[in-house]
Amino acid sequence: MMKSKADEEDYWNSSKFKAFTFDDEDDEFSRLKESKRAVNSIRYLVEEDDDEEEVEKVSWSGEPVGSISWSVSETAASNQKADREPAFPKVSADSGPMSRSHSGYSLSSLFKGKTKGGNFQSLADSPSDPSVRLYAPELRKPKSEYKDYVSDWSPEETVQRMQQGKVVSLEKFRSLQDKLLLLDYAVNAHDGNVITAVLIYLKRTLSKEVLFRELESRQTALRHLIHYLTETRDQRLLLELLRSLLPPGHTWCCVSFYLMGFILLFLLRALGRMEDVALLQYKEHLSIADENRRRDFLKNCLSLPFSPEDSAHVQDHYTLLERQVIIETTDRQAERGGKVEVFQKFPRKASILNMPMITTLYYCCFYHYTESEGTFSCPLNIRQTFKISEKQYFVTALAARAKLKAWSDVDALFTSRNWLGFTRKKSPLSFQRVVDILQKNSAPTQVLQNYVALVDDAELRISLAQKHKCHDIVINTYRDLKDRQQLLGYQVKLKRGSAEERKIDELLNNPQIRWKN
Amino acid sequence: MSPLDRIANVSTLKQHEVDKLYKVEHKPVVSTSDQLCFLIRPRIQTVKWICDVANADKAAGRFRRYKIIFTPRKFYACEAMLEEQGIFGEVTTDEWSFCLLPLDDDVISMELPEFFRDNFLAGDQRWVRTAGSALHLLHSLYGPFSKLYGIGRCSKMAYESWREQVEEGEQTARRAEIGKVFLIDRDVDFVTPLCSQVVYEGLVDDIFRIKCGCVEFGPDVTSSDKSLKVMLNSQDKVFNEIRNEHFSNVFGFLSQKARNLQGAYDKRRGMDIKQMKAFVSEELKGLKQEHRLLSMHIGASESIMKKKTKQDFQELLKTEHSLLEGFEIRESISFLEEHISRQVSMMESLRLLCLLSITENGLLPKDYRSLKAQYLQSYGADHLLTFSNLRQAGLLAEQPAGEALSAMESKVGKLVNDKTAGKLTDAFSSLARKSNFRALSRKLNLVPKSDEEYDLRVPRDMAYIFSGAYVLLSCKLVEQVLERDGWTGMDEVTRLLNGHEFAVTGSSGADARTQGDARRVVLVMFLGGCTFSEISALRFLGREKGYKFIVVTTAITNSSRLIESLLGNQI
Repeated sequence: MMKSKADEEDYWNSSKFKAFTFDDEDDEFSRLKESKRAVNSIRYLVEEDDDEEEVEKVSWSGEPVGSISWSVSETAASNQKADREPAFPKVSADSGPMSRSHSGYSLSSLFKGKTKGGNFQSLADSPSDPSVRLYAPELRKPKSEYKDYVSDWSPEETVQRMQQGKVVSLEKFRSLQDKLLLLDYAVNAHDGNVITAVLIYLKRTLSKEVLFRELESRQTALRHLIHYLTETRDQRLLLELLRSLLPPGHTWCCVSFYLMGFILLFLLRALGRMEDVALLQYKEHLSIADENRRRDFLKNCLSLPFSPEDSAHVQDHYTLLERQVIIETTDRQAERGGKVEVFQKFPRKASILNMPMITTLYYCCFYHYTESEGTFSCPLNIRQTFKISEKQYFVTALAARAKLKAWSDVDALFTSRNWLGFTRKKSPLSFQRVVDILQKNSAPTQVLQNYVALVDDAELRISLAQKHKCHDIVINTYRDLKDRQQLLGYQVKLKRGSAEERKIDELLNNPQIRWKN
Repeated sequence: MSPLDRIANVSTLKQHEVDKLYKVEHKPVVSTSDQLCFLIRPRIQTVKWICDVANADKAAGRFRRYKIIFTPRKFYACEAMLEEQGIFGEVTTDEWSFCLLPLDDDVISMELPEFFRDNFLAGDQRWVRTAGSALHLLHSLYGPFSKLYGIGRCSKMAYESWREQVEEGEQTARRAEIGKVFLIDRDVDFVTPLCSQVVYEGLVDDIFRIKCGCVEFGPDVTSSDKSLKVMLNSQDKVFNEIRNEHFSNVFGFLSQKARNLQGAYDKRRGMDIKQMKAFVSEELKGLKQEHRLLSMHIGASESIMKKKTKQDFQELLKTEHSLLEGFEIRESISFLEEHISRQVSMMESLRLLCLLSITENGLLPKDYRSLKAQYLQSYGADHLLTFSNLRQAGLLAEQPAGEALSAMESKVGKLVNDKTAGKLTDAFSSLARKSNFRALSRKLNLVPKSDEEYDLRVPRDMAYIFSGAYVLLSCKLVEQVLERDGWTGMDEVTRLLNGHEFAVTGSSGADARTQGDARRVVLVMFLGGCTFSEISALRFLGREKGYKFIVVTTAITNSSRLIESLLGNQI
C-alpha cells in the first residue's frame, strides 16, 4: 500500500512539472503577467475606498465570551509551512480515486501545446471579465493576496489554498487533465467544501458526457455532486413554472421529470442505480399539494424502474389515493347534507386524503362498516384490494367499533368467525391485547370482563381482572385455584358490604370446597 | 435554546446595537432597519432565502446593506448561490469559526446535528475539515497530544485534516493538559443510540429533549401553569448526583435527599436567636435552592414514570433486551408487528426495526419484506423513501437470499461471519457498513449472561447503563484500546467493525512533556453524535479506571434524532 502510494506521488510530481513548463520560457507570457499584476494592484487601489466604515458597523466585532468564542479572521490561516519533521504520521486514508484518475490523462499530456494556448487565452481575459470566477473572495483582503490574483498555483497548491479559504482562481485549469488533477487532489484532501467547489467549476466548464464519464470512476466526487444537485435544484419553483406553462394532466409530469433533475437523473442512470432514479422521481409527489394532480403523478410513477417489491408499494399508494379522492368527495357531501347520522354524531376531524392505508381502513370501519362489498369505501373491499392480513384487519375493526361503542359489532367480530355453534370466541389476537384495545377505547367493565374471562393463563387473567376491576373473574379464578389465602387477601381490598365481598364470604363458608391453604 | 443564546443573549446583542432579532425563514423581513445581518449555518437553502430577501428589496427599490456571517465556516457552494442569484458583492460575508460549545465540565458539542446526515447518508465530506479544526483548536489550547487512536472512515479523514492543520500552523511548546485522543465514527456503533435510555440524563433527553444543555419542563413537571427552562449540568447539585444513575435508583435517592432536607430545616427548632441568625444567613439560601431543584427533579421523575407506564415500557425494554441477546427473535418480531399494526409511535417502530436488523446482522428477506409492507400500510407509503435512506446509512439491511442458511450457522460458529465481513468491506458503492453485532457481542462480552443477578445499585460495569443487559459497544472499544494502548490483539474485532482503525504516537516528544494527571485525561470525539448514555458510561469508566474523559461530539443525539435525520417523507 505505502509503496504504491509513493510511486504514485512520483508520477504526480513528474506530470505536474510537465504541465507547467511553458511558464518560464515564454517572454511574451511573463510580460503579460507583469501587466496583469499591475492591473490588479490598480484594481485594489480603486476599490480601497470601498465603504469600509459601513461594513465595519455591521460586522460582528468583539468576542462575546472569552475562551470559547474566537473569531478567526481571514489572516489566521497562514500558509507558512513549517520546515520541520511532521509531529504526527500520516495514516493511510482512503486514497481510492487517486489511483484511478488517469483516464484520458496520459494521452492528452502528449498535446502540451494545446494546453499552453489554453492558458494564454485565460490570462488575456481582463480581470473584470465576469467569466473569471473568484472563489472565496474576501472584501477586505490583505494587500499581499492581490498579487496572487492569477498565479501559478499548481492543482495541489490550489487545493491547499482553497482548504484554507484563500483566494483562488480556477479559470486557468482548462485542460481536462488539470481539471481532474484538481478534483483528485480535492478528494484526497477529504474536504467536501473544496470537492464541491471544484465540481461546480467542472460542471460549468465540461460537457455532461465528459464530466459523468470521469465521475464514474470517482465515487466520492460523484456523491458530492449528487448531494450538491439535490440541495440546489429548486423543485417547487420549477413545478410552479411548469404548471403555469402546461395544461393539467400527465404531460407536465413527464416534462418535469425530464427537466427537473436532468443532470441528476443522467448521473444515476449512468451508474445503473435505476431504483434510485425511480425513488427520486417518486419523491417529487411530496411537493404536489393538489390531490388529483398528485394521484396522476403517482400513476405516471407506476412505469418507473422500481424494484418489483417497491413497484407493488407504489401501485398500492396510487390505488389508495385514487380511492381516497372518491371517498373524500362522497363523504364531504354526505356530511354537508346532514342526512347521514354517523357524520352528525361523530363529525370528521380531518380529511382522509393522503392518510396511511390503516388509517383509511379504520376510517371506513368507522363510517362505512355496513356497506356492501361493491363500494370503494367498504372495509372488506379495502381489505381484499390491499391484501390486509386477518390480524391487521381485526385489530383495526375492533378499535373502530369499540370507539363507536358498538359492542354488538365487537362481539360479532369474534363470534362470526366461529361456525361451530357460536359457543366459543376466537381471536387472531391474544385476548390480553383485545382487552387492552377495548380498555383504551374506554369500554365499560361489563364488556371488558367478557374478554378478560377468555384469557387462558390464570395468573395473567387475575392480574388483568384486578387491573380492570372485574371482581367476579378474580374471585372465580381464586376459587378454581382453591386459593383461600388469596381470596382472603382480595376481600380486604373490596368495598365493605358490596356484592363481591358477600360472594367471597359465601365461598369461604362453603364446606364443599377443599382449599389448598 | 440555541447555541447563540448560550454565548450572547438578547440583551448582549442589544447592547451592540442590534435592533431586532429574527429567525431566518423563507419570508420577507419586515423591518425598518437598513442593515440586515444574517448569522447562519452554511446551508444552500438558507442562502437562497437570503437572496430572495435581497432581490425582493431590490425589486421594491429599497436600499439595504446585508451581511452574512457563516458559522462555523463558509462554503464555496453557498457563495456560488449568491453569485447565481446576482447578489454576490452586494452582500458582505464573513466567517465565525465557532465550533466548540462546552455543555458541561466534560462535554463539548460542535452543535452540528447535520453532520450525521451529510456524512453518513449523503457521503458529503463538507464537515471533515471542521472536525479537524475543532480538534486542532483543542490541540493548540491543551495539547500537544501524546497519542491518538481512532476507528472509522470519517475519524481517519478528520485525523488527517487535523494533522495537516497542525503542520500548516505554528506550534508552541507548552505543558500538555490532554494526553490521549480517541476518535470514533457514529456508524461504528449504531446499536447504542438505538436503545431506550434508562439512565436519568438520557431519559430526560429522550422524553423532554435537552437542547444545548437546556431543557424545558412543561406544566406537568412544574405542577403550575408555567413552563420552566432550566440548564442541566453539574452546577445543578441535585441533578449532578442523579444524572448518571439508573432510573430505578433515582426515586430512592430523591426521597432520601428530601428527608435530609427536611432534617436540615427542622434544625432551626430549638435554636436561639444567634443560631437562628447564622442559619438564615448561611444555610437557608442553599436549602431553598436545593428544595427548588429537588422538587423539580421529583416532578420530572413522576412525569417520566407516567409517560413510560402508559406505553408498555416494560414490554418494550424486554423486547430490546431479547434483541441484544439474540434470544426469542420470533417473539420480538411479533411484538414489533403488533406495534406497527396498532400504529403505535412511528418512530418507535422504526427504532425497533433498525435495532432488529443491526443485532441480527440484517433481516431475512421474508421478514424484511413483510415488515416493510406492514410499516408502509400503517404509516404511509411515502416511507419507501425512509427505508431507502435507512438502508443507505446501514441502519437497515436485508440478508442476501443465499445467506439465510449462514445466519443460522453464525449462531454455531464464527467462520461464516468472518467471510461476510471481508466480503463487504470493499463494497464501495454504498456507505452502509455491514453489521456484525452478534459476533462482536460475543468477542467483547457485550451482553452479560442473563441468569446472573445484576445489582443496579452497585454497578459492576458499564452494563448498568442499560439495566445490566448490554455494555455499550462504543465505550467498550474506548476501554479496550486504552487498556492495550492501541489495537493490538483486537484484529478480529476491528475486522468485524470493517476496519479503518488507527493508533499513532506523536514523535516530537509530546509524551515526555505530558506529565502526571494529563496522561489520564482522554479526549473522546464522536463523529456523528453521541448519546447521554455514552457520556454516563464514560464517566463510570473514568471513575473505575482512573481516567478523566472529555467528550467532544458533533452533536448530542438519541434514537429519535438519529432516525428523524433519516426520514425520507419530507420535502
